[in-house]
Amino acid sequence: MKYFQFNRMSLALVAAALVVGCSSGVKLNDAPVSDQGAASTNGSQSAVAPVDLNATQGTVQGPVGVARIIYFDFDSYTVKPEFQSVLDAHARFLKSHTATRVTLEGNTDERGGREYNLALGQKRADAVRRALGLLGVPESQMEAVSFGKEKPAVQGSSEDAYAKNRRVELTYH
Amino acid sequence: MMFDHLPKPPLSRRQLIAFGLLGCGLPAFAQFRVEISGVGLTQMPIAIAPLRGEDASPQKISQIVMADLERSGRFVGVDTSGAQLDEASRPDLAQWRERKADALSVGSIGQLADGRWDTRFRLWDVVRGQDLSGQSYVVTRADLRLAAHHIADYIYEKLTGERGIFSTRIAYITKVGSRYSLWVADADGENAQSALSSPEPIISPAWSPSGSQLAYVSFESRKPVVYVHDIATGRRRLIANFRGSNSAPAWSPDGRTLAVTLSRDGGSQLYTISSSGGEPTRLMQSAGIDTEPTYASDGKIYFVSDRGGSPQIYRVPVGGGSPERVTFQGNYNISPSVSPDAQTLAYISRVGGAFKLHVMDLKSHTATALTDTSNDEHPSFAPNGKLIVYATRQQGKEMLMTTTVDGKIKARLAGQGGDIREPAWGPFTRQ
Repeated sequence: MKYFQFNRMSLALVAAALVVGCSSGVKLNDAPVSDQGAASTNGSQSAVAPVDLNATQGTVQGPVGVARIIYFDFDSYTVKPEFQSVLDAHARFLKSHTATRVTLEGNTDERGGREYNLALGQKRADAVRRALGLLGVPESQMEAVSFGKEKPAVQGSSEDAYAKNRRVELTYH
Repeated sequence: MMFDHLPKPPLSRRQLIAFGLLGCGLPAFAQFRVEISGVGLTQMPIAIAPLRGEDASPQKISQIVMADLERSGRFVGVDTSGAQLDEASRPDLAQWRERKADALSVGSIGQLADGRWDTRFRLWDVVRGQDLSGQSYVVTRADLRLAAHHIADYIYEKLTGERGIFSTRIAYITKVGSRYSLWVADADGENAQSALSSPEPIISPAWSPSGSQLAYVSFESRKPVVYVHDIATGRRRLIANFRGSNSAPAWSPDGRTLAVTLSRDGGSQLYTISSSGGEPTRLMQSAGIDTEPTYASDGKIYFVSDRGGSPQIYRVPVGGGSPERVTFQGNYNISPSVSPDAQTLAYISRVGGAFKLHVMDLKSHTATALTDTSNDEHPSFAPNGKLIVYATRQQGKEMLMTTTVDGKIKARLAGQGGDIREPAWGPFTRQ
């Protein structure tokens, strides 16, 4: 058997190395030593255990007949005056339904980095949160979060698609 | 000082790869595409003989080794047809000199009684006629590619004096249809295994220093939340799920702390939090956006801030203090990745509407663009500092590329269909 042609002298060294806990590769002139690696799947060092998630829950209704999306201009993080009446309607609804919660989901267009866009989307969501706060909606009923550029309303790289994706969506729970 | 075991071969023995010879002569088994540019680039010719017993083994070890070495841009394969050698052979080196090989690797592979595989190889310096020793790996079938990558690492280090990264792993995200998955693959993009699959986006994977865990941002609860995920067991724990958005995790070098971006106190601001969870500590306070923290070996946290009016890269001591601006060219510099020796910064800079991978020498502050593409994202340094993996888009498709730090050698990573993004290069693994 070929395994016996390796040098016996180094057995002790290999054993010592194993005690220290390093090394799954063995010098060619040493005795081959098995090492199953760290506590991992099926004794394999490179195995990965998969995790599958299922779809999340839907949302409940908010005010009837009121727009749920606030659009923003390019590189802008302030609510345009034309959306004031929409925010008024949401504020009235929230103040009369105090058990209802709303999530303000900020979004950006696809240009630029994912994390920086997440921060920019947060800026838009926070702008809507502040606007609703000025209309008397308690902070406890609102959460401003961001999806960055991860959940575009419209696919594509046109100016039109960009404009539809720069938005805050109001989602009721 | 490690080597120069191999004598400098005369120039005629080295290959001069001129611009335009893109990918010529690549063996058919290579599933990646290597692009080489730049005149006068030298590559060492090396013969990787098929291992004795390889025909009966589940992985063609010698082909994986050769593909690794060629992707580094430092080696070119020499024809090994007719070779019948193993690690116990005394090869006729004169014959390999005739074939213009500077180095030769030989070995064997066989299955043990318990089902595992014993892979052995020996490296020869053909020019000097020297035995450069070798290794033996006894592994499960699932780890045979890993054994091949360890062989490539051994050869690469013996012949270049630098540590190889072929046995490291890369994490990335795919979007196929409406499904998002987090993958862990070999550094050549092969052997991808799914760690997480979700109907909602996943972004910003970050390896723990030990290489056993990934932190990332998941939108599975319809908001960005930071998880730490043990990849061998699939066990996940929530690290940051505070009011508002939780994102941009980065591990401290000792693995005990994560830096994260939280909006819980208004705005996107940097915090540190124990990697076992708990109450976050605010790192700094700014009026604008602070995000994308990353720990560097110079004791600083590099991050992106728009405190000066446009997004720029800054650095601040790990314990907090006064931030120092690092990038000055252009009005959009994001996604910092610092080389392991903290000498080089890789980042994305917007140039005339295009987002391009750049590197900056942190001493001279000289910045260089590395790519011809215009939608580069998320650079991540290899643990030996010689390569950078990044995401880009070509013909409307998202893909991953690696590049040398000088931009001269690029390779597209193998991978499945759909959009591939958010690469993170893992740490060195045990040898």
